[in-house]
Amino acid sequence: MARVIVVTSGKGGVGKTTTSAAFATGLAMRGHKTVVIDFDIGLRNLDLIMGCERRVVYDFVNVIRGEGNLNQALIKDKRVDDLYILPASQTRDKDTLTVEGIEQVFEELKERFDFIVCDSPAGIEHGAIMAMYFADEAIIVTNPEVSSVRDSDRIIGILASKTKRAQNGDAPVREHLLVTRYFAKRVNTGDMMSAKDIQEILAIPLLGIIPESPSVLQASNSGIPVALDKNSDAGQAYLDVVARFLGEDRPHRFLNKRSFFARLFGN
Amino acid sequence: MNIFSYFSFLKQRKSAAIAKERLQIIVAHERNALYRGSFDFIPLLQKELLDVVRKYVNVSDDQIKVNVEKNGNYEVLEVNIALADAEGRFSLP
Repeated sequence: MARVIVVTSGKGGVGKTTTSAAFATGLAMRGHKTVVIDFDIGLRNLDLIMGCERRVVYDFVNVIRGEGNLNQALIKDKRVDDLYILPASQTRDKDTLTVEGIEQVFEELKERFDFIVCDSPAGIEHGAIMAMYFADEAIIVTNPEVSSVRDSDRIIGILASKTKRAQNGDAPVREHLLVTRYFAKRVNTGDMMSAKDIQEILAIPLLGIIPESPSVLQASNSGIPVALDKNSDAGQAYLDVVARFLGEDRPHRFLNKRSFFARLFGN
Repeated sequence: MNIFSYFSFLKQRKSAAIAKERLQIIVAHERNALYRGSFDFIPLLQKELLDVVRKYVNVSDDQIKVNVEKNGNYEVLEVNIALADAEGRFSLP
């Protein structure tokens, strides 16, 4: 049975699309048939991050409206087998996303894929609710910054009330915390909240920490998901995140406390 | 941070610690507000209960107290109606 994973945050600009692209790429690299869907109707960007912007003909809304079928809308990634992208519509009204419409498309996707990764828009409006509605699991992307943490807490509350699982009284959506744009050095000097601090406040399990890294911008500049950049610390961190998600035990790279001597003698 | 900055640490709290404390307070506050929001039927319940009770006993608005309390993983809905004296009671037909 396919698993539906929503990548969400509340706040914008924290790395949802980067995470959706890297996480879906990582799952596909491990041999799982994966589709990543852009739910940001009107502001599509996943296609740019995935480097397939010139191959978009039909989109998610076309499929929901029956103006094109899934085979026409799904874009097969050229670098990784088993990876497909379903782009968002650029022009249509976001209200075209309905529970019934999405359900119909998901029924078909579930037969073909192992994982359905939903890239949520920012905010707590209709688009964000639709992105999380069918989720089995949620990756909450959070920056070590007060407004991002507060918005993540709101999103956790909404996951517990507005999803299909919540409304049907099924087992709740499994939540995972992903801390991005992390400066280990600034955490050590006390100028940035640690991943552990954030985890304590939000009280959900920590899936991973992605360091602030020039490779993230380089990857988006060139339309290559950062998980494909094996020399990048952020890329490796995303591959660890995928491994942990699939049940492997991997230590967190950037969580290590500095040694006593390192602290004594400065950086 | 080195051995010297430990002394200044005593004087001035680092901003990450301030951020964590502020967040713990506001997040707890907002969670409570949302939790209370799920019981916004209470004023209406209170009014309807009073109407039912008044069919039999004369009670004033301030003699009823409806409260929800959270005890671990269950909630208690507590209804308290104080009866002033026996004088006010109606006799049943």
